[in-house]
Amino acid sequence: MTYQNPAQTGTEGQFEPSERTPVVELQGITKRFPGVLANDDIHLAVEPGEVLCLLGENGAGKSTLMSILSGMQSPDEGAIYVNGEQTVIADPRQALDLGIGMVYQHSTLVPTLSVIENLMLGASEKLILDASEARERLEQLAGMLGAEVDPHARAGDLALGQQQVVEIIKALWKGTTVLILDEPTSMLTPRGIDELAKMIDSLKEHGLAVIFITHKLHEALRMGDGVCVLRQGRVAGRLSADDLRSLDNDQLQERIVSLMFGDESGELAGVAELSAEVRHESGHDPSAAGSGRRQHAETATALRIRGVSLAPVASSHGLHDIDLELYQGEILGVAGVDGNGQRELAEVIAGQRDADTGAIVLHDGATEREVTGLGISSRQRLGLRYLTDERHGEGTVRTMPIGLNLLLKRIGQEPFWKRGAVQNAAIRSYTESVIEAFDVRAPGPDTPIGKLSGGNMQKVLLARELAFEPRVVVYNKPTYGLDVRTTQAVRLRIREQAERGVAALVMSTSLDELLEISDRIAVMSRGRVVGVVENGPGAEERIGEYMVGEVAA
Amino acid sequence: MSDSPDNPSASEPDAGGSGPTQRTATIDRPEGGSAGPSRVRQLLATVTQSLTPMVLAVIAGGILLALMGRDPIEFYGTVVDRAIFSESGRQETIIRMAPLLLIAAGLIVAFRANIWNLGMDGQFLLAVAFTAGVAPMLMPTLPRWLVLTLVLMLGGIIGAAWTVIPALMKAYYGLNEIITTLMMTFIGVNVANVLVKGPFYEEDPGRAFPATPVIEVADRLPRLFDTSIHIGILIGLIGILVVHYLMTRTSIGLRLNILGASPRAAHHAGLGVAKLTLLTFLVSGFLIGLGGSVELLGVQGYMRADWDPALGLLVVPLVFLAKMNGWASIAFVALFAVLANGGELATRDAGLPNDFILFIVALILIFMTVTDYLAVRRGGKGNPWIARFLASVGLRREGRDAE
Ligand SMILES: Nc1ncnc2c1ncn2[C@@H]1O[C@H](COP(=O)(O)OP(=O)(O)OP(=O)(O)O)[C@@H](O)[C@H]1O
Ligand SMILES: [Mg+2]
Repeated sequence: MTYQNPAQTGTEGQFEPSERTPVVELQGITKRFPGVLANDDIHLAVEPGEVLCLLGENGAGKSTLMSILSGMQSPDEGAIYVNGEQTVIADPRQALDLGIGMVYQHSTLVPTLSVIENLMLGASEKLILDASEARERLEQLAGMLGAEVDPHARAGDLALGQQQVVEIIKALWKGTTVLILDEPTSMLTPRGIDELAKMIDSLKEHGLAVIFITHKLHEALRMGDGVCVLRQGRVAGRLSADDLRSLDNDQLQERIVSLMFGDESGELAGVAELSAEVRHESGHDPSAAGSGRRQHAETATALRIRGVSLAPVASSHGLHDIDLELYQGEILGVAGVDGNGQRELAEVIAGQRDADTGAIVLHDGATEREVTGLGISSRQRLGLRYLTDERHGEGTVRTMPIGLNLLLKRIGQEPFWKRGAVQNAAIRSYTESVIEAFDVRAPGPDTPIGKLSGGNMQKVLLARELAFEPRVVVYNKPTYGLDVRTTQAVRLRIREQAERGVAALVMSTSLDELLEISDRIAVMSRGRVVGVVENGPGAEERIGEYMVGEVAA
Repeated sequence: MSDSPDNPSASEPDAGGSGPTQRTATIDRPEGGSAGPSRVRQLLATVTQSLTPMVLAVIAGGILLALMGRDPIEFYGTVVDRAIFSESGRQETIIRMAPLLLIAAGLIVAFRANIWNLGMDGQFLLAVAFTAGVAPMLMPTLPRWLVLTLVLMLGGIIGAAWTVIPALMKAYYGLNEIITTLMMTFIGVNVANVLVKGPFYEEDPGRAFPATPVIEVADRLPRLFDTSIHIGILIGLIGILVVHYLMTRTSIGLRLNILGASPRAAHHAGLGVAKLTLLTFLVSGFLIGLGGSVELLGVQGYMRADWDPALGLLVVPLVFLAKMNGWASIAFVALFAVLANGGELATRDAGLPNDFILFIVALILIFMTVTDYLAVRRGGKGNPWIARFLASVGLRREGRDAE
């Protein structure tokens, strides 16, 4: 067994002879896509009871590597060993039979089926036939996860955070020995992440191996027994359990970041995201980080949400009498567990959904304009933007090139269309400029957007909503799936725009994110705004109280 | 480096090659194409994939002929001789293409938007009935060119009107249009008959069946040059090429393609899904109705009761094979017209019913589905439009690409 480790770091841990055979081992895996070398001679092994964190910038090849392991893709070169035996994994079902369960970066549930039907679909090998048995298993696994799942809810109606829980349950359904989680925490609140960490610990005790992809370094440091960093398809370096023990957090962060971004990592030194995470780890108050924040005090209103309500249905808490005022140049955060009305509120503001009662009013200086009755595109023309957190479901048209997806909300407009005729040269040069500006990793501007890595797709969506003079932007999880560096760049952009007077409503499950960029933070729970907190010292505690208070109620 | 293999410029030889930038906005197929080693090879693969079912159907038809004691070589020889090598037969082949092209155009508009308008035959036949009924009324009072223009428009409008109910049901209540359009065809065919036997009926002791008045040959669609080919073929060609242009190069076509690829993305982008759905139905019905008018004004001259060529369902496999590409549709319609036209004589010579041609069409459909199924099973791409159709009717789950 030879590890051709190109890394400059000492990674003795990986070379130690071990008595246990790895549950899975990848040797020399190479995968090419047209125009990209997604995986380049990758060696990787996990042992029972080990949690391996896979890190790397957007487009580094993490998801590709894991989808090879889970049978979704076949490698161009290299071998896979399961329990020491060389195996060809032809399809996901075979991977499941081998005990490899994967939770993908995006939902793979059938939206029209109920939760329980989705789960039973995954186990169609007649392992679990009757529904009552299935419900029991669901309860058992949900209990392990510390989550509540309605077995009869339609999967498509669930918030993405809840869908993720169902996905994890689905991956565990068949008695998995290796669990692969591709960015499982991107939709979870700090509490949810704690619970996931606990769950992973208990899985570990049961001897499961876990491969965990994340962009949040503190999670990697907290949950991982080993860390493997990919960069441009290659293993850039590894950190063994010993490394993780012997170095302190600052050193580790520095090490990982330099592995992730190579020479370019210098520019990241001391960025708020990293330091915030370190502080978070060591129990400091992260809210001290929001130094760039401004007070809304005397500025004018940009958007007013008045008494908006939406009747609850089986799968949604609805909205209850939401009153919010957003000032020009202000960033108003919305905290809360995913699925507590955030998407509904965003859709009501964007015009994708009609509220039962209430009004949405856009202000421009002295003039105010009620937009409640306007359609989606009219609101867009007035400068109202909405970044959806469903980049696959509604955010993009997977099969269409990046350029058209960038212009999805401006179809027919000059200079990209002239009298209805497409101006390909204009679209192309615009797309190229966006690819450049947002550092989108793609073989070319014509690449269908579905071929991009999750984070790169997110960059395209962000570019779409940030461009062309927005006035009020609703962001649902703006940095969802972005690597540390891009996350930082995006937060900077949001703040830059705020400085120019753009108002932003930022919904996020990451409290750190909200504390870093918001001026005020509203807390949503069960379709209500249960409180609005001025960001500053003590804000985190107060938000916590609001969230807990509601949960207890 | 990242050509999509089926972009219009790849699957059609002369779509007005405006350089490489053309590729930016290619929106030809629901599955995004991945880059290939060579465009030529991609093109060849696409052509092979599309032609295979037709070739297989012809071979299977030949085997069946042999089993029935006919000479397949002779049979197909007659088909080709008649439909291509004889002057009058060649003209007849071209004449037959006109309504088929317009139906194909109408289907492409709808199918690209993921709207399965299968009510072509009702839309077509009602347009025929109205054309046959109204044209003779207007002829005596108005100049010929004006009557023809008006009646062509009328045919289109009738075709469009017959989609309104399924369109509203789909747009506002989400009702599956496959069922509603098929139902509307059932009703439409009968209404057309009632019209022919009622308001549009003309007594003629020389005819054994109820029918509309006959439009004088001189009053029908003008002929091209010295041939018997009427200008319907031009209308058909223009129709399908305009549709092709619209669907691949304009903002409205892009909207329809987005609606087809992802209604949720269309809604999110503010495209006005309900109105777009209505528009799609209307345009589709208009083109198909226009096809009906062209056929009546160009060839039939009158409509007799119970006449129903049921062309619509014949065109469906053709546009699937053509992958909703206008140029490829012209080619497949031409192939089909050869088969249908030559087959008429060949079946007569062989002492077989004319329905034998329908049988071959059915074979095309079967082979199309089977080869596609096999291609997908072997891990290949298959025809993305078939996949989309099967997904629409719930027979296949649309698989997502792994991230
Ligand atoms: N099906 C595909 N077809 C073509 N290219 C692909 C495909 N899947 C991935 N790629 C490319 O392979 C590279 C690696 O993608 P991958 O999804 O593995 O990245 P990742 O590390 O998971 O990134 P992220 O953190 O953004 O999710 C990217 O450049 C991507 O564009
Ligand atoms: Mg990924």
